[in-house]
Amino acid sequence: MIRDCFRVLKVDLYTGRGYIEEIEGRNTYAGGSGLAAFLFSQLGFLDRSWDDPEQPLIFTIGPLTGYFPLMSKVVCAFKSPYHDQYAESHGGGRSALSLRFADLDALVITGKAKHPSCLVIGSRTLELNDVHYLWGKTVQRTGQILRQMAGGSGHRSILRIGPAGENRSAMACINVDTYRHFGRLGGGAVMGAKNLKAIVIVGDESFDLPPGKEYTQLFQKIYQQLTETSMMDKYHNLGTPINVGVLNGIQAMPCRNLQRTSDESISGITGETFADRALLRNTACAGCPVGCIHLGFVREKFKEPNEYLYRQVTYDHEPIFAMGAMLSVLDAFQVLTLLEASEKVGLDVMSAGVALAWATEAFEKGLISEKETLIPLKFGEAEAYSQAVKHLGTGANDFYRLLAQGTLKAAEQYGGMEFACVLGQEMAGYATGEVFFISQALGLRHSHLDAGGYSYDQKQKGKDVAQAVEFLVQDEKARVFLTSMVSCLFAREVYQEDTLVDCLNAVGYQSLAENVDSVSRRIQQMRWQMRIRTGFDPESVKIPERFKEVVTWRGAMDKNYLDSLQKVYTKRILEMAKLEKSVLPRKEGIRKEDEHA
Amino acid sequence: MKILSTPRMERCIGCHSCSLACARLVYKHLSWNTAGIRIHSTGGLSTGFEAKPCLACNPAPCAMACPTGAFSQRNGGGVVVNKKLCIRCGACAETCPVDAIYLDSSGEPFVCIQCGRCVQFCPHDCLEMVEVPTHATLDEGQKEVGV
Repeated sequence: MIRDCFRVLKVDLYTGRGYIEEIEGRNTYAGGSGLAAFLFSQLGFLDRSWDDPEQPLIFTIGPLTGYFPLMSKVVCAFKSPYHDQYAESHGGGRSALSLRFADLDALVITGKAKHPSCLVIGSRTLELNDVHYLWGKTVQRTGQILRQMAGGSGHRSILRIGPAGENRSAMACINVDTYRHFGRLGGGAVMGAKNLKAIVIVGDESFDLPPGKEYTQLFQKIYQQLTETSMMDKYHNLGTPINVGVLNGIQAMPCRNLQRTSDESISGITGETFADRALLRNTACAGCPVGCIHLGFVREKFKEPNEYLYRQVTYDHEPIFAMGAMLSVLDAFQVLTLLEASEKVGLDVMSAGVALAWATEAFEKGLISEKETLIPLKFGEAEAYSQAVKHLGTGANDFYRLLAQGTLKAAEQYGGMEFACVLGQEMAGYATGEVFFISQALGLRHSHLDAGGYSYDQKQKGKDVAQAVEFLVQDEKARVFLTSMVSCLFAREVYQEDTLVDCLNAVGYQSLAENVDSVSRRIQQMRWQMRIRTGFDPESVKIPERFKEVVTWRGAMDKNYLDSLQKVYTKRILEMAKLEKSVLPRKEGIRKEDEHA
Repeated sequence: MKILSTPRMERCIGCHSCSLACARLVYKHLSWNTAGIRIHSTGGLSTGFEAKPCLACNPAPCAMACPTGAFSQRNGGGVVVNKKLCIRCGACAETCPVDAIYLDSSGEPFVCIQCGRCVQFCPHDCLEMVEVPTHATLDEGQKEVGV
């Protein structure tokens, strides 16, 4: 290990100054998700709005980051503009290794910069630079300019926001190294509210490895599992878009604002079609030999007769679902064009696509008109959506500004709640059944990755409510330890608990290795306590009617099963979050508000 | 004798497994800097990646620049490193024409020693150890042949 405590850099954007704090608690909070929840419990303000400048924006890595392959993710925690509650979002790229080699377990940013700014940190660097000239620039242009300005090429990570984050859209993402994102729940708006256009993390430190051969031999074993077996084929071959055809085949692919669960023309946007026609190459997060990031291209004729330009765009199952199937845009290149439009303005592409799907149906039903949408929206009309994405990202009018705060907020004003495809936030690309719907609607991050509900729906034939809820709770517990290490969840088959124990032992975290189960449970509880204390009420979550009308290969949704799942899962969540048994530490963190009152 | 070559870098996915392996296995470090091969994007991630390996010069300018003999000429190209002799003057890195030598914050140099241990960690076979003629078997003028 590098050290058994957490080395945390706290940066105050009011002053541009930071300070390093070494914090005990490795055996209690582990890192990643656990460390983020702990830091938020110390430094966050549960009863203040998400955009209060004192609210922290937290980035954490884990004890295994950089030590083993696919330990390549960062947890970002903040109070979300989407629901004004505690939120986590996960991202990769080079951010995890950059933080590791900047010699930081966590970066905590508080305050608000006087000017649009770029924070540059490294093991021997801390600068807050005025970059007012980047405000309003697209994510891509911002990246291009910062690459020229900042040192450390190849061994740094550049996090930045686009106009959506500047406009405080609750759908604004934080772009990481061009092709990855802290996508969901509005982290980009938190940066925007802090006048923070970008963060450059320079990874310029090195560390001694544990003595002996145990570590290198274990690394070799895991590396071989990942690269020489078929375990990761799905991810580097067709990548996650392999799901598009599979889900469509079992009537579980959300299409046309979830009016359908399959589309006969889906072949235009399957993983196979993207690979055959649009795939340029793969790339990877630093520290991951799998290379699941698939890059397609957009080719555009900008002048007759034969003047072309091209751009590279990353694609995955979820973006194809959101900007393809949900909008009935069933041509791979049109989907890539919409993904690029979304990337430019810095929108979370999943939320944006689902929101526009609702807007299209609302337009068709006459609930809204061109007065609101500025252009006529129609399923399948990619050119209109390209403009609509820009309107949504830039907040072109009151309608788009409201929609950018969440589909339900727009539906509350204009109607159409029943067909708003929202499960805590805009849905993910699975219409597998009741367990998934409840899993996302009540899940801590409202993410399809909180627990494998979509998998449970496909594997289990019965409707045993207690068994399903137990699966969600236990699966979440296992995943929360992975996201405390911080592993990519694609490696969850490799990093089973026994392997994680070996990894922790090999790098010197014996105490943590001995207590994986209890630490996992504690972190799981801490996160739920944070959600509940910031206002989450699982009992009040309403599943829109559209989800109850879904028909899959298993038939129509069972409303009683759905209701029972929600009731029982709610009960379990509230039990986990019981405040009288709070596992949240007593607040003793340093408050800065007095200095700036 | 073999030297490290990077013939298929257009396949590189930027995972840094080669750098991490070199640091781990050769220099006993957790690092992507203190390694004999380092990966950079070629002007932004959209343009792919390039490696910064030692090109195994023969004669090696870095060995000639080293004032203490810490770097000496390796038979077949490249250098043999004796860290104990290094005074951390940085002359090697300054002289290297392709920026293949990394100096850490203390001035310690890190360079490829042509061991090839990184090769097996490249998931896309970008790297390869290739045989090169040594001085002992080389006819006069032969090393000028080829492009």
